[in-house]
Formats: sequence, structure tokens, C-alpha cells
Amino acid sequence: MDSAGIDLALARMAAQIVEKLTPAEDFALIGIRRRGVHLAERLGRKLEAVLRRPVQRGILDITLYRDDLTTVGNRPLLRETLIDFDINGRTVVLVDDVLFTGRTVRAALDGLMDLGRPKRVQLAVLVDRGRRELPIQADYVGKYVETGEREMVEVRLSEEDGEERVVIVKMP
Amino acid sequence: MASLRSKDLLGIAQLSVEEIELILNTADALKQVAERPVKKVPALRGKTAINLFVEPSTRTRSSFELAEKRLSADILNFAASTSSLTKGESLMDTARNLESMAPDFIVIRHSAAGAPHLLSRVCRSSVINAGDGMHEHPTQALLDALTVREKKKRIEGLKIAIIGDIAHSRVARSGTLLFHKMGADVWVCGPPTLVPWEYHRLGAKITYGIDEALRGADVVMMLRIQHERQNEAFLPSTREYFNLYGLTRERMRLAKPDAIIMHPGPMNRGVEIESEVADGPASVILEQVSNGVAARMAVLYLLSGGAGLKPEKLRR
Repeated sequence: MDSAGIDLALARMAAQIVEKLTPAEDFALIGIRRRGVHLAERLGRKLEAVLRRPVQRGILDITLYRDDLTTVGNRPLLRETLIDFDINGRTVVLVDDVLFTGRTVRAALDGLMDLGRPKRVQLAVLVDRGRRELPIQADYVGKYVETGEREMVEVRLSEEDGEERVVIVKMP
Repeated sequence: MASLRSKDLLGIAQLSVEEIELILNTADALKQVAERPVKKVPALRGKTAINLFVEPSTRTRSSFELAEKRLSADILNFAASTSSLTKGESLMDTARNLESMAPDFIVIRHSAAGAPHLLSRVCRSSVINAGDGMHEHPTQALLDALTVREKKKRIEGLKIAIIGDIAHSRVARSGTLLFHKMGADVWVCGPPTLVPWEYHRLGAKITYGIDEALRGADVVMMLRIQHERQNEAFLPSTREYFNLYGLTRERMRLAKPDAIIMHPGPMNRGVEIESEVADGPASVILEQVSNGVAARMAVLYLLSGGAGLKPEKLRR
């Protein structure tokens, strides 16, 4: 997927969100660090253009909620969670780049619940590569990709990586 | 991914600038846990921390306890008065017994310098120095650095004056080591009987006149006179000490207009610091306390990776 492909996928996701959440519904986007943050920002701009009203964006760092903290040797770098609005009673759309095992989303849900009690939580991902290890599904998907066990899906965004591309990398 | 090189935090002396920055950045991110409705994260779930406080402490012990609880660790507290240490058990035997309970962390405060170092050599757990004698108090230096960085947006190039009983203070030593490493201009000041000459070797400038220490200072750190560690008369009287070295509003005019005042506590009003200064707008003493929890959470979180676990090095 190239730059145009990513933009098209995001436009499709934005359209789905508009369709599914009635225009009046009070929702906010929360991007999961790191690439979900940029995708939430881009989705937000597209939604604002269509809805003609501001769409709030937040940033969630899930590090402290990861289920592999006791098994990985090095500590994952901790960054701040930045959500400057009340999530109580609101609809929250979590945004991430790739949905794979579902473990990141599980951690994000736990993290989110410690910040308040949203009315409902939905999930938007740019790429769903299957191979889930937890019963978690996305509500909005940019692209479905069939992948093998020894493959990795890398989403490269200009904000983080200086290029716009989604590639499948084979692990040795 | 990030990590500390050692499994223990024994002192600032063993930390690199990069490691100090990593701890401070991690603490910055952890500070917000205290501002949320649920003040707890599951990062250390299932881990056990033993707090072994052989020397009395309220602030540091409760700060460590809160840090451990906010990271969901399980806690065991030992205080000198209620443990077998008062029954003649050696530190080594205490350590071996604690180790048999398989804790992940041992936080130790001891009146003997080097006690945590001894423990770290016989224990698999991460040993954290919460103050050893007149040697080091690394988490205090880290929380001080966190406070300075928050208020001044940098540490490098600042004039930091540490004033008081330098000789008996582990806060002064750890602070000097840290701020010197981070590129600050560190001054230590006090009566000649209470300022060891060796501070030159730690990178500090020494002065016996408080005015010289305060002039142009960005950060003023006041220390109390540690009567409990003094057998001899280092001072004629506390009244004279206040007259010569007490921080007053008038003296503070020598420091930069936006200088901040810190104190690791416990504070003796009217001895090393005037009440009006301690409660004044420049004082960040209470911010230090809340930063203490965040700094200790950062240390616990970063050490929990078990980066330096090298069982072959253990002496059993």
C-alpha cells in the first residue's frame, strides 16, 4: 500500500465512522502510541471536514498495561498519555495501525477503563492482518491482509518514518 | 526499549547521564498516574517488594510504599524496631532470609554506608538504596533533578547551591554527583567543620560563605543539621548557625529572581531556613514530595526488567 492507498483507506474508515455513528453522537478519537496517534490525527481531520465540527483527539500509551512486561527483558520506553477531555459517558474510537494478536487492544481497553467509563468503545485500524490470539474485532478496517505466521506488517508513516508505505516483511 | 545496566540502584555514582535521563523521562510519564481517578497501573502485578528500613524514615518509606502500590506490586515492610535486627541478627543473615522469600525488590535504608552494596552481592532481587549512612541517597537526587528540570526546563548550566550540613548528608553527595554529571555548576556551602574538602573531587565548588553560594543561584537546596549523626560539637549553637547560614528573605535577594528553594526534609524552621522562605512562592518543597513518588516508580519500573540479572556473580 502506498501513500494514495493509505489515504484512500483512511477516507473509507472516516466514511464508515460517519455512517455508523449518527452525526449527533458525541465521539472522540484516541490514538494508540505510536502510529495510531498519527492515524487518529489524520482521521480526525477527515471527519472534521465532513461533519463540520471539531472532533477531539487523545493519545493513549499502553506500555504499563502490556501483558508481556514480566517476560520481556528490556523495559519498553514509557511515554505520556494525553487525553485532555472527559471520556465518561462518551463514545471513544480507538485508533491503531495494525490489528494482529489483539493484545495491544486488550491493554488499551484496560488503560482506558482506568481513565473513566466511556459509553462505548469502538476500534479503527488501518490494517487487519488476522491471526488473533484474543476475541477482539475491529469496527472500522482500512484493509484486510492475509498474512503468514512468520510475516510482519509494517506501517510506515511520514511523521515517524519519513515515508508512506505499508509493507509485509518476512521474518528470517 | 530502554533499560538500566545494573539490576540494582545503589547510587548516582554508578549511573550514566543517559540512564539518569531515562529515569527522569520515565518519571515524567508516570507522574500522571497520580492525577487519574484510578491511581494504579498493573505494570508490577505479581511482583513483591520488601521495604527494609533499618533506620527510621517516614517520608522516604511512605514514598516508596506508594510508588510500589501504584505499580501494583505486593509489599512487605520491615522496620528496625519490629524486626530481628534488634535481636542481634547480622545484615547478611537478614538478607539471606529475605532472599528466601523470593522478592523482586529489596528497598533498604541502613545507617551503615555500603549496606545496600553488600545486599546486592548476595541477592538476586533488585536492591534499591533508600539511603545508606552518610553515603548516598540516589532516589532523593533523582526526585530533586526531576523537580529542577520541571521548574527550570533544564539542568545544564544552572548554578545549584547546596547549603548546610554537607558532611553528614547523603542527599548532598548524591545531589552533587547527579547535578555535576548533568552539567550544572554545583556549589556546596556550610561551616568549615561541616564541609568535607573531598567535595572538590565530586565536582563541586566549596565556599564557607552563604552569600557567595547564593549569588546568582538558580536553585537553592537547604539541608538540616543532622544532630543524630554528630558526637562532637561542630557548631557553637543553632542560633549562631541561623545567623551565619540560615536562609532568609533578605539573603534570597542574592539569588536569581526566579530561583527555586528546595529542602529534602525534615525541615527545621528557624535553624537552616526562615518560615517565610519555606512557605514562600519560591519554595518547591511540596512538589519535591510528589515528584518523589514518580521518581521511585520510574526506578522500580525500569529495574523490573531484570536487565542485570547475573546469577553467576552471586556469592551464596
